[in-house]
Amino acid sequence: MSKQWYKSGAWLAAMLFSAGAGAETQFNMTPGVTDNAHRAYDLHMAAVWICGIIGAVVFGAMFYSIVKHRKSVHPKPAHFHENTLVEIVWTVIPVLILLGLAIPAVKTLVAMEDTRDADMTVMVTGSQWKWHYKYVDADGKDLSDIGFYSLLSTPRDTFENYGGKTTEKSETYLKEVDKPLVIPTGKKVRFLVTSEDVIHSWWVPAFAVKKDAVPGFINETWTKVNEAGVYRGVCAELCGKDHGFMPVVVKAVSPEEFQTWVADTRTAMAEAKKAAEADVDRVWAMDELMKKGEEVYLKNCSACHQATGAGMPPTFPALAGSKIATDKAQIPDHIGRVLKGKGAMPAFGAMLSDMEIAAVITYERNAFGNKTGDAVQPKDVKAAR
Amino acid sequence: MSAVIHEHDHHHDDHHGPAKGLTRWLYTTNHKDIGSLYLWFAFTMFLIGGLFALVIRAELFIPGLQLVKPEFFNQMTTLHGLVMVFGAVMPAFTGLANWLIPMMIGAPDMALPRMNNWSFWILPVAFGMLLSSLFMDGGAPNFGWTFYAPLSTKFGPPSTDYFIFGVHLMGISSIMGAINVIVTVMNMRAPGMTYMKMPLFVWTWLITAFLLIMVMPVLAGAVTMMLTDRHFGTSFFDAAGGGDPVMFQHVFWFFGHPEVYIMILPSFGIASAIIPTFARKPLFGYASMVYATASIAGLSFIVWAHHMFTTGMPLAGELFFMICTMLIAVPTGVKVFNWVATMWQGSMTFEAPMLFAIAFVILFTIGGFSGIMLALAPADFQYHDTYFVVAHFHYVLFPGAIFGTIAAVYYWLPKWCGRMYSEKLAKIHFWWSIIAVNLTFFPMHFSGLAGMQRRVPDYAIQFADFNMLSSIGAFGLGIGQLFFFYILWKTIWGGKAPKATAQVWEGAEGLEWTLPSPAPYHSFTEPPVVK
Ligand SMILES: [Cu+2]
Repeated sequence: MSKQWYKSGAWLAAMLFSAGAGAETQFNMTPGVTDNAHRAYDLHMAAVWICGIIGAVVFGAMFYSIVKHRKSVHPKPAHFHENTLVEIVWTVIPVLILLGLAIPAVKTLVAMEDTRDADMTVMVTGSQWKWHYKYVDADGKDLSDIGFYSLLSTPRDTFENYGGKTTEKSETYLKEVDKPLVIPTGKKVRFLVTSEDVIHSWWVPAFAVKKDAVPGFINETWTKVNEAGVYRGVCAELCGKDHGFMPVVVKAVSPEEFQTWVADTRTAMAEAKKAAEADVDRVWAMDELMKKGEEVYLKNCSACHQATGAGMPPTFPALAGSKIATDKAQIPDHIGRVLKGKGAMPAFGAMLSDMEIAAVITYERNAFGNKTGDAVQPKDVKAAR
Repeated sequence: MSAVIHEHDHHHDDHHGPAKGLTRWLYTTNHKDIGSLYLWFAFTMFLIGGLFALVIRAELFIPGLQLVKPEFFNQMTTLHGLVMVFGAVMPAFTGLANWLIPMMIGAPDMALPRMNNWSFWILPVAFGMLLSSLFMDGGAPNFGWTFYAPLSTKFGPPSTDYFIFGVHLMGISSIMGAINVIVTVMNMRAPGMTYMKMPLFVWTWLITAFLLIMVMPVLAGAVTMMLTDRHFGTSFFDAAGGGDPVMFQHVFWFFGHPEVYIMILPSFGIASAIIPTFARKPLFGYASMVYATASIAGLSFIVWAHHMFTTGMPLAGELFFMICTMLIAVPTGVKVFNWVATMWQGSMTFEAPMLFAIAFVILFTIGGFSGIMLALAPADFQYHDTYFVVAHFHYVLFPGAIFGTIAAVYYWLPKWCGRMYSEKLAKIHFWWSIIAVNLTFFPMHFSGLAGMQRRVPDYAIQFADFNMLSSIGAFGLGIGQLFFFYILWKTIWGGKAPKATAQVWEGAEGLEWTLPSPAPYHSFTEPPVVK
């Protein structure tokens, strides 16, 4: 805390006494890594300069007047109160200046909205509070078998600093995910953006791409990245409690590396599928299920139902002591609820494997004081799908 | 302008004086009493809304979640916005209208005094309902003051229904207040006061009143559709039933954009009254000020979707709303130039109202500059929903609407209570506020440009310095306004403040300055003649 104070004071002093800003602190919009981002940046800078010059002239005249036309210096006021010529001039000049800004703005806008002739397409789906990426195609080849969720990877422990706790926060704090979106450089990538629940907004500043994800509608946008790198953004539209915790990370790689990534991803998916099938065939011991279940619970469930299972009623019901998590007769309902969702509860069927769902349900029925002794097996989940 | 005042004798004091005790305030139909009620209500809401802002700023002081849970943080941003917009700024302006319009146009009172009483007393009920939601299961509304569907419909907390009825009540109150202003201005002007002789404060309020009547029903429609979506099976804003969540935003901003002018036009009128007084020179370009205000009001109806450039509008829509929005800069520029031209070659002194008015012109213009930038759709893709937007609208609202109101209070307070405030304390209040307001809101431009999105309880460490500065500024700003209360208390009830003359300010012109200070309970019982 005191270190922050010190830093802030030093920063203020630096800002006041020297024109040159620190290299570390970003004051301005990023020029970005796409042609569109450069254009948005140029337009922004043009507007900054134009406003700065108008401001200097208007405020300059005002301060001159404040100094020279104060009563002690200028005791006899003039009495003019209109001048048609002056009034016409200062109506026409702003119109011309605005025209000068509008022309490049229109050109840039037309270019940015041109989603035709894309080399590849990715479906981006927001939901509370994560992104899902599904590849559609690339250079005419079908990629629709590749799709995954992308979740914040900063642990909750790192940002939940209640009760005077302090934690080390890295440079990528709140801007890191478990699986970034991977796209090739130099290709026109079209994004189809939508949502499963509320409105989100997918924003990558380095691309100057910000598009609302509206449930029930699909919006189009695109980018063509010039430089390989990792680009970080956020969900920009208020989407509920964890709006601040659903970052966007895009990794742009060369087209060759992208091909390798596609192949590797497919191999990994096949292996995961085989492992998941093996998991279903096996009968799991209670402690194995509980261990895995806790892991899955903390990653996917604790944001709403809380680590303690107390929830946040009435929006997010408690699991501790709840009927569905303690009544033996309701085990099928419990499985169904996790698989298919209900109301604000999202469906996890597509996101988690049979084993993960079995584990988390077992965990919920045996943690937070719920001592049912029920062990749900992956095959029960598979049967319920 | 000149006026003839008939001092009237005191044969029937019982009839003309205020009643005693609490019932005076409950049953009052007097424009000054109601004006005071509105102003004190607004000040109370300003402090409550400020408290919510300080919860936000305290949480954002350093990275990490230290004080409040994210869901409570969202309740604070929502209530801060709603309370400031509907509870502080709008009632403050209605309070000023009540106090000033009859005195400025030479009328005894407002035209519809009983409705006036109603339109005020609805407000405490509306805000009682809204604020009680903080203590309900599931907490207060948490979807931002813009309450976008479906976050506010399908996903809203149970208290959303209280919010909906609260908004209905606020709307009814605003519409009644607006009708009262229009009827008063149209029917009760003193003989000889033509429309083009009305003080600009009256003009800007007349135009504001028309805006209110046109857009408050639209807001009522939006919340009613929410209510039926939530409880009666309709799907106005739900694609699953054939509706459209983006249509909510169109309806909301069709109200919302004129609403932002509702919150600034009366300040234009205030600056246009104060600057000539302290420059000792008539207002430059009176007629163009009137026309500029009317054009701003007209344009405000065809720019709403500039709040929605990222929603997936067609290109033609984006172009139309971008160009129309840029056009607003022209009449707004005319106003700023007129104020500077009024100061030019004047003989200025810098008492507190003038200081706040000058700060208003400068800082509002800075907010206007960021407004032009935000109008540029391609750049807006980068600014939208970031702290750059937060900086922009706080620059037009705090130094715009609030500094305008503070300037008005210092300027007319001697007329209202018959006593002079302490110029020394008011100057301290001014310098303290001007430093704090810039310290709070200027760094937000930088954090927004660097990529910090709005309405988040926590942020990446690269934004830490800007946020700490904003938080320090915000606490300073809050303390400064408590000091304002002290100044007001000392002037009105302290008993030691010097008595004010009728003229109060050397250069002041207008009918209100022909009345004694404090102004009599019924302003002009006999109409003055305006030449
Ligand atoms: Cu989101």
